[in-house]
Order: sequence, then structure tokens, then C-alpha cells
Amino acid sequence: MAAEQGKVDPMHQFTIEPLVRWEVAGYDLSFTNSAMWMLVTTLVVALFVAGGLKRQLVPGRWQMAVEVFTGFIDDMLEANIGKEGRKYVPYVFSLFMFILFANLLGLLPLGVVGLHPFTFTSHFTVTGVLALISFSIVLIVGFWKHGFHFFSLFVPHGTPAPMIPIIFLIELFSFLIRPFSLALRLFVAMMAGHVLLKVLSGFVINGANAGIGIGALVSIPSFALMIAISALEILVAGIQAYVFALLTSLYINDAEHLH
Amino acid sequence: MPQIAQLMETYASQIFWLLVFFGAVYFIVGRGMVPKVMATVAQRDDQIAADLAAAQAARDAADAEEAAWRARENASHAAAQEILAKAKAEAAKASEAKLAAAQARIEARLAEAEAAIAATRTAALAEIEDVAIEVAQDIVNRLAGAEVSRAQAETAVKEALHHV
Repeated sequence: MAAEQGKVDPMHQFTIEPLVRWEVAGYDLSFTNSAMWMLVTTLVVALFVAGGLKRQLVPGRWQMAVEVFTGFIDDMLEANIGKEGRKYVPYVFSLFMFILFANLLGLLPLGVVGLHPFTFTSHFTVTGVLALISFSIVLIVGFWKHGFHFFSLFVPHGTPAPMIPIIFLIELFSFLIRPFSLALRLFVAMMAGHVLLKVLSGFVINGANAGIGIGALVSIPSFALMIAISALEILVAGIQAYVFALLTSLYINDAEHLH
Repeated sequence: MPQIAQLMETYASQIFWLLVFFGAVYFIVGRGMVPKVMATVAQRDDQIAADLAAAQAARDAADAEEAAWRARENASHAAAQEILAKAKAEAAKASEAKLAAAQARIEARLAEAEAAIAATRTAALAEIEDVAIEVAQDIVNRLAGAEVSRAQAETAVKEALHHV
């Protein structure tokens, strides 16, 4: 392992390690550290929302916090899709909360107490599946509501007739690329932040090991930068969850209304 | 980069457990809890809207009550004004009638007095004529020694008096 050579491998944090081996029909379905953090995220999200289920007329703080989140998603769908957006609240809310809590839990400094936090949203297998689910909803809703008329999504109003084949191809391409951009955006943002933090922490450790002078010169500024970037990462965790939910709602709007 | 290096060994596990746990979040939290939370919010919004509507209704009722009171007040005011005007008119009519009666009485007395004056005056005039006739006879008798008949004297006196 890289650490044995006195270096910190910034990519090691993304390694998936099986905790319980399990194989079904030739597929390796082992319960890994990634699955473990999905379980933790699920439990935390469920606990958080369950705390808001007291259904009081005058809400307490916890209930208020949960209602802020549901109201936020509800308003976003109402603004982007309209009245029809209401039926997508459960899905978009689950998506937003799942990604947000996964991002935030992955940032927790649990290494201090010996645990290894793992951010499963920094794996494109995970973000890809989430993006595909959103994209499938768009396709299913689009073809269910509009049938083959859904293809008119790729021909904007007022396109001159000779341009239609070319525009159709371009629009189709930009439509098909959506799940990839959706998945890669979240995966890259989460991975970049964690790599950067790990690289800086490597600077702190190696600088401190190299002696007092270099330690003061390298480690202290790196540590200050880490604090600032950690704050930035918390912001990014929220923003990426929001962007994923927002783009999903915009794509669903296309499927509902065809422009 | 473990995401790519471990792709072939881990993709099945990643996808499987993501579907399991995201499915759990969707069905337990998204479908199970979120509608209840939102129903609570909607219920509260309805309650607030209902309270506001009730307050508005009470306010409208108070306004209507006040308007009715004002109308009643105005009506009774107008009625009082009318009664006052009628009483004034009646009093004016009564005093006018009394005045007219007094005027009539005064005029009657005036006429009576005038008639009395006129009668006295004619009587006096007649007396003056008589005296004048007698005086004229007497003057003619004394101055001319001629006897003038009463009729002649009377004619002459009347003529003379007529010229006065």
C-alpha cells in the first residue's frame, strides 16, 4: 500500500472493500463499505424525515426543518413544472436528500475516531444509476403522455424546414447526453473535492515529518487551506445535490410539456 | 483510480445495493413520509386561510352592522327633521290664522269707527245747514227787511255750501 512508503495516496479513499462476501448467479453482490454508507445514508435520511412526522399544527424545530426541505422541493417542482410537478415530489425529494446526505456524511471527519468515511457519490457507477433512473422517468413520462409526438421535443418551434434533419440530430444528441452530464457532474465534483483535501492532508503530514522548518512553511498554510476547502466542500455538497434535483425537474418538465 | 480499476469487480454490487437503499429511501421516505409532512403543511395552510377568512367575515359583518346602524341613525334623523318642519309649519299656520283674525277684528272696529265718524259728520253738516239757513233768513231779514222763505234760503245755502 502507498502509505507504507511514507506517502498518502489520494485515490485510496475511493477503494471499495467487501465487508461481507456474497455472490448470486455469478454476480458479486458483496456488502461493501460503499453499500455500508448507502445504508447509513438511508438510515439518517429516514431518521431525519421521521423526526418531522409529529404533524403538529404549530411545528417544533425539527418538524420545521423537515418542512423546509419538502417545501423547497415542492416549490422547485411547482416553479419548473407547474401543478403536474406535485406527483414527482416523492422521487425528487428522495433523490435530493439521498445525494445531499451522502455528500455530507462523506465529508464527516470520522477518520479521527478510526472509521473510514466513504462518499459513494464519488463513484460513477452510483451517480450513473441515479442519472439513468431520472432519464428513464423522463423517457417513460414523455412517451406515455405524448407518444411519438414526444419527438417534436427535438424540433424547436420555428425551425426552417431544410434545417429540421440537422437540428433534430443535434437536439437528439444533446438530449441523449443528459444522463452522462448529470452523472459525471456529481461524480467529478465529489471526487475532485475529496482528492484535493487528501492531497493537502498529505502535504500537512509529510511537511510535519520533514522537520520543524518545512513543517511551518508547508503544513500550516496547507492546513489553513484545508479548512477553507472543507467549508467550500460543504457548499459543493449542497449545490451538487440541488443541481441534480433541479436538472431532473427541468428534464421532467420537458417530458411533461415538450418545451 | 479505483472507480475504473475496480469497475468490473464492483459494478454489480454498487448497482444492486444502490437500488436497494435508494429504493428504500424512495418508498419509505419519499412515498411514506413526505406526503404526510406535506399534508400537515397543507392542513396548516388551510387552517390559516380559514382563520383569515373567518376574521374577514367577522370584519365584513361588523362593517354591515355599522352601515345598518348608520342608515337607521340617518332615517331617525330625517324623521325628527320632518316632525320639526311639520310642527314649524303648523305653528306658522296657526299664528297666521290668529294674525288674520286679529286683523279682521281690527278692520271691523276701524270700519265701525269710520262709520260713526261719518254719521257724526253728516249730522253735524246737517245741523250746520240748518243753522246756516236760519242765519241766512235772519241776516236777510235784518239787512234787507225782506222775508225769505225757508225753501229759498235753503237753496241758496246749499248752493253756497256746495262752493265751499
